Amino acid sequence: MLRIDALRAVYDRLEHRVVVTIMGAVAAELQSLGHRPNFFYLQHAMGLASSMGLGIALTKPDRQVVVFDGDGSVLMNLGGLTTLARYKPKNLVHVVFDNESLLSVGGFPTATSTGSDLAAIAAAAGVPRTGAVRTIAEFTKAFDEALSAGALTTLVAKVDAVGPAQFVTDLSLLENRFQFQRYLKST
Amino acid sequence: MSPVSVTSSRIVYDALKASGVRLVSALPETWLVHLIRMAEEDPEMILVRLAKEEEGVGISAGAHLAGVKSAMLMQNHGLLASINGIVSCAQLYRIPLLMLISYRGEFGERDPWQTEGGGVTEDLLRALRIPFSCLDNVSHVAPRIAKAQTLSLSANKPVALLLCRDLMWEER
Repeated sequence: MLRIDALRAVYDRLEHRVVVTIMGAVAAELQSLGHRPNFFYLQHAMGLASSMGLGIALTKPDRQVVVFDGDGSVLMNLGGLTTLARYKPKNLVHVVFDNESLLSVGGFPTATSTGSDLAAIAAAAGVPRTGAVRTIAEFTKAFDEALSAGALTTLVAKVDAVGPAQFVTDLSLLENRFQFQRYLKST
Repeated sequence: MSPVSVTSSRIVYDALKASGVRLVSALPETWLVHLIRMAEEDPEMILVRLAKEEEGVGISAGAHLAGVKSAMLMQNHGLLASINGIVSCAQLYRIPLLMLISYRGEFGERDPWQTEGGGVTEDLLRALRIPFSCLDNVSHVAPRIAKAQTLSLSANKPVALLLCRDLMWEER
């Protein structure tokens, strides 16, 4: 499964949801499908996208939040899974694209390539709904189930370690940040 | 009874409430026990207990973008553990952070393990260009917290208040 195909498969579901992504390939690929003011791309600070998602989910309980995370970022903030699980926001869907690689910084293999199982780690941390998928059909089904489940879900999507040719886009970080804040204020 | 001052903790907590803070992230540390308990017992406050302080940067960033004022409670060693998040999330994206940092390792510290971090705290804040002030007397707690938050919000930057021994600890 290609990550961009997975993003494309659920892109229409994101129109009215609050979306936070990690840096690099995930951010560039989602932007390539079409940026929206409700998308925020955390272009650095690896590990904190899920924490940002938690901060929004706890303070905007009436909005559904989707975080697109990655294996390298989750591994930098494994404790964050225990914090997510502790508060179990019902309005947060946490997707982890697992390409078993630090693709954006040279493709070095992460620990998920040698057997570390992020869905099992999330489940053991106490996340109420977890799963791992390997095909677009499985991903789309699991994502839709997570959106309607009303319970915190960590969904690990195993994807190929390929990404876009470049990661820098013409959307500046601060433009994205203030546009996103304005969106949250207006809705 | 712990010699951590309940009276000072209450003054600090009330000042946070008065400045509109509605979410507090925290990692337990001796000097912060009363503050964390006050947040826990306050139905108007969202308390987020962390595994590591750096998570609090992301949580406060999310809360800020969602329109909610927040504060981070941590020890100075938690500040050390949060530096990349402060630089690569809060400073890069111009996110205000109100950080209340227990200043362990200054004059009077008895725990040998706290002394090294105490020695670098102020230099580290200066290196990060984070405006900071010490809270060492109850008389200036409320105005300094209010002013720190005002600057944080107008500048869209992190600010720090150091909770000092003279404020937090009742020597006996």
